[in-house]
Amino acid sequence: MTEGIAKKFMFVNRSAPYGTVYALESLEVVLISAAFDQDVSLVFVDDGVWQLKKGQQTKGIETKNFSPTYRALEGYDVEKLYVERESLEARGLDEGDLLVDVTVLSSGELGRLMDEQDVVLSF
Amino acid sequence: MLHIVNKSPLERPSLDACLRIAGPGTVLLIEDAVYAAARGSAAAPRLAEAMQRLKVCVLLPDAEARAIADRLIDGVTTVDYAGFVDLVAGHPNCQSWL
Amino acid sequence: MKFGILVNEGPYQHQASDSAYLFCRAALARGHEIHRVFFYHDGVNNSSRLTEPPQDDRNVVARWSKLAADHGIDLVVCVAAALRRGIKDDNLAPGFRISGLGQLVESGIQSDRLVVFGD
Repeated sequence: MTEGIAKKFMFVNRSAPYGTVYALESLEVVLISAAFDQDVSLVFVDDGVWQLKKGQQTKGIETKNFSPTYRALEGYDVEKLYVERESLEARGLDEGDLLVDVTVLSSGELGRLMDEQDVVLSF
Repeated sequence: MLHIVNKSPLERPSLDACLRIAGPGTVLLIEDAVYAAARGSAAAPRLAEAMQRLKVCVLLPDAEARAIADRLIDGVTTVDYAGFVDLVAGHPNCQSWL
Repeated sequence: MKFGILVNEGPYQHQASDSAYLFCRAALARGHEIHRVFFYHDGVNNSSRLTEPPQDDRNVVARWSKLAADHGIDLVVCVAAALRRGIKDDNLAPGFRISGLGQLVESGIQSDRLVVFGD
């Protein structure tokens, strides 16, 4: 633990779940970063928004359904979840399709938020 | 901010996402993303338009490896790995659009 | 300036590890410090000492080991990602060590810049 330094960490999620491991392993870093008391934001762009789709059933592919973890993030004080509006719309989704409360931002707003970060991690 | 893109624009939407979201700063094309800056590529007009608000750089060793160093669109700046390092150091933060 | 590096892909399949290595070498030549290189996802495969590329190809693993030896760079392999993929202390190349994801977050905190290389 490094004392006294809180940096702004942003996790940029642009991959759909299950097809590749990136979404799951990104979530593992998010949980660890919360333990370091950093200022953490998660953003979901492009196919990354599918990570938050309600109703994931993974029994048939014999893979762990990790989507409930997004709802548990609040318990780790990770409360800043952002979704890009253009990405949602391009996939026929709206906020009601998502399994957790998010802030929907325009591309421009997201760009400005990204500019403010110290560390931007993408997987 | 420095935006690093490494995928061909005809394979992935990384460059489009980057150009849509990026604020002022620099876009550095590395690996397969250098194809975006090839003259006549379908992505070249989008890149040219983005140059009005963003600086666009191409990692020359990647362009040379892919035989397009002699056909890059006007307005892009080529850099070597030392230039890549300078770009990272010269911007307050960076994002890799994987 | 102090750089942290994240490598998300394994050797040979993707260019990520090559790009990261060439970036590190250029940064060191420029007088910068590489605080740590963290290997995650399939990136953990960069640490296998069982790797044997053909003689006319670059040796990605040995190259990282040499860079670490020459410049005292901390090469850290994520334990959870490593165990998933059969990387253990027994088959770790010189200069690499296995540790937790906290090392990546710490590198983000302690470095001036963290640069991500992946697919």
